[in-house]
Amino acid sequence: MTFFRRYAQHYGALVGLAILSGVLLVALLAPLIYPVSPWQGVGEPLLGPFEDPAFPLGTDMLGRDIAAGLAYGARVSLLIGVVSTAVAVVIGVSIGALAGFYGGRIDDLLMRFTEFFQTIPAFAMAIVLVAIFNPTIASITLAIAVVSWPPVARLVRGEFMSLRSREFVQAAVVVGQSGPRIMLTQILPNTLSPIIVTASLMVATAILTESSLSFLGLGDRNMMSWGFMIGAARTMLREAWWMSVFPGVAILITVLAINLIGEGLNDAMNPHLRGRKG
Amino acid sequence: MDMQTTPLLRVDNLSIPLPAGLDRTYAVENISYELNAGEILCVVGESGSGKSMTANAIMGLLPSYLKPSDGRIVFRGRDLLAMSEPELERERGRSVAMIFQEPLSALNPLMKVGEQVAEVMLVHGEGDAASRERRVLELLDFVGLPDPASLRHAYPFRLSGGQRQRVMIAMALALEPAMLIADEPTTALDVTTQAQILELIRRIQAAKGMGVMFITHDFGVVADIADRVVVMERGLVVEQGVAADVLNRPQHPYTRRLIAAVPHREDGTSRTDAGGETLLEVKQLSKTYRSGGGLFSKARVVKAVDEVSFSLRRGETLGVVGESGSGKSTLGRCLLKLTDVDGGEIRFRGQDIVPLSPGAFRPMRRHVQMIFQDPFSSLNPRQTIGRILTDGPVANDVPLDRAQARARELLGLVGLEPSAFDRYPHEFSGGQRQRIGIARALALDPELLVADESVSALDVSVQAQVLQLLQDLQRKLDLAIIFITHDLRVAAQICDRVAVMHRGVIVECGPPAQIFDAPRHAYTRQLIAAIPGLAWNPRQAVM
Repeated sequence: MTFFRRYAQHYGALVGLAILSGVLLVALLAPLIYPVSPWQGVGEPLLGPFEDPAFPLGTDMLGRDIAAGLAYGARVSLLIGVVSTAVAVVIGVSIGALAGFYGGRIDDLLMRFTEFFQTIPAFAMAIVLVAIFNPTIASITLAIAVVSWPPVARLVRGEFMSLRSREFVQAAVVVGQSGPRIMLTQILPNTLSPIIVTASLMVATAILTESSLSFLGLGDRNMMSWGFMIGAARTMLREAWWMSVFPGVAILITVLAINLIGEGLNDAMNPHLRGRKG
Repeated sequence: MDMQTTPLLRVDNLSIPLPAGLDRTYAVENISYELNAGEILCVVGESGSGKSMTANAIMGLLPSYLKPSDGRIVFRGRDLLAMSEPELERERGRSVAMIFQEPLSALNPLMKVGEQVAEVMLVHGEGDAASRERRVLELLDFVGLPDPASLRHAYPFRLSGGQRQRVMIAMALALEPAMLIADEPTTALDVTTQAQILELIRRIQAAKGMGVMFITHDFGVVADIADRVVVMERGLVVEQGVAADVLNRPQHPYTRRLIAAVPHREDGTSRTDAGGETLLEVKQLSKTYRSGGGLFSKARVVKAVDEVSFSLRRGETLGVVGESGSGKSTLGRCLLKLTDVDGGEIRFRGQDIVPLSPGAFRPMRRHVQMIFQDPFSSLNPRQTIGRILTDGPVANDVPLDRAQARARELLGLVGLEPSAFDRYPHEFSGGQRQRIGIARALALDPELLVADESVSALDVSVQAQVLQLLQDLQRKLDLAIIFITHDLRVAAQICDRVAVMHRGVIVECGPPAQIFDAPRHAYTRQLIAAIPGLAWNPRQAVM
């Protein structure tokens, strides 16, 4: 349990973990707490927060419950954040590992390919991708994954290049292990810490990207999402502040919590930083 | 003041406690010794003996969590431990100077060397710009650097390791200190450079009448320069005395053990001729490194291995000796096909392996194994020892259970507990890790072992054990060994034949007796003359 103890030394990381657990719980329990679809009007339109105890966060212009929207929006945000990051990590690790391990021509080829993606503004490319395919949760996830893997590839390539010349990797070559086997069993386990830390921060970025896409009206029409709620509220900004503030706060604290967790993981996993507060 | 009766420095019952939870309570415990003006005191010990700790305490360089709990360090009648930081700052550099092991990291890479020497005088408010400049030239000349007038404008990276160490010494001498602390100043240098630096330290010590405290792990160096010796073991001073006494009539069992472990040519016991068939034949092997060179610049071309030829029989040990940059490691890497070869043949059991593709060579890899230099980076930190030892056989289609049984057997063979099987590398010491590295190489029942500086990172006593182990294994398994080392003493001790490499070429090859007693090539002669402690025979000391 020494890992958890190191992690727990970082108070912010514990707070982050608590917040994220809360968000996760709400997302899981959303259908139980709010059996009615969040798209359906359930009360009077434009109720302010706490005006009606049934709708503590108020309602929007069609009488939809803001709190229900937040709960269902959490599902979309977390799902897209985690799945798109997982896809991006798989792409990034594969490309980075091949480039770093084999070097030479393969490295050149894969890195030019990576740069191609890096030189196009990520958000613009995500918009184009979502606009070309119909905006469904799958296409949004894929679009976010496609624009966010290059940093992972760069990171993994660097790690592989430096570990490639380490003696234990040379020893694996000498005893006759094959290339793919060396990559998977010798080098990859030694690069996991930075990958996990980067991935945790990418989840936060993915949630922000999804919200931005939804804000622009490129979200999945069947799923309630925080970004969509803010987008829909922007015409009512002066009349009904609560419609945009609550989803905004939800995005803020979720992203903050994930960042705190990422930082905590970094401190716990990075041996160079151990005891720096000592 | 009479320097003969009052010692320059007296360390008096000094104890420095370690933070709780480490393997011992004191870094150094109740140590006492004296350094007189005009003598060289060698502090000898293995890693972790606490030999550098007192030097750091004298300079006030201890990390904040280490505080001396007891004792005094009296320098010219004043207790350094009781001094305030500003007082210490005045003493540092002016009265006591220090030189370090790694001259590259001790010099500021972005500052010209002349400025760095001048800076020592500047921070102590010594002289004006013109006089400092004169003094810098004088100092650089004094430490034997060529052409001081232009060299002082060079950046450290332009200088060789030996030249950098000379600059460090010039900095230390800038304010004519009464005492010089040298912490392993020659460990990172080649033998011929080491001999020059030792000569320089001896010369300036005599010229300036300084007291020099010389910290080292190498008894050969001690034999060359020490007037008196302090031997340390695990934080304790176990023996001290005049150099000749300690070296030739060691009293304490630890000192005797250390001296017995010093590698030395075994005279008289010429090894029985290894009479096996020829296993490896290398013909005109060449490897050239090209770096840089684009459209506008010429590529830098280094012939790392230049038409090298030799042969090796079963059960024979060939030593490849050379200084850094001689191409000896590249040669080893070529033999294992860890790097591609530019020309020549490597005939292993009659078959030329040079033209083989990596895939075609992989099934043959198990016959040729390597023991690596660094016991810390040569084992995967995330794998258990069992996994490390079985990976090779499993990759060569040995069933897992048989590989595991063999791995446990090998742990016994290299002298480790069977419980090591389930543990991770970080739980072992450097010597134990090197044994694991040897076990890994043996797991595939190789016929040829290439050992690249495999004992260089180890303490002498551990080094002696590992060498003994290698020799035993060779006899038992009829192995051919190529032993790559920078240390002629080690090569002389265990090799049947020694090949001396210089700038990619084997300049001389023959049995150790011939190489040592009748070297033909000028470079070999130079190398042998530079061996520290050549005149001293450690074997006689512990007879």
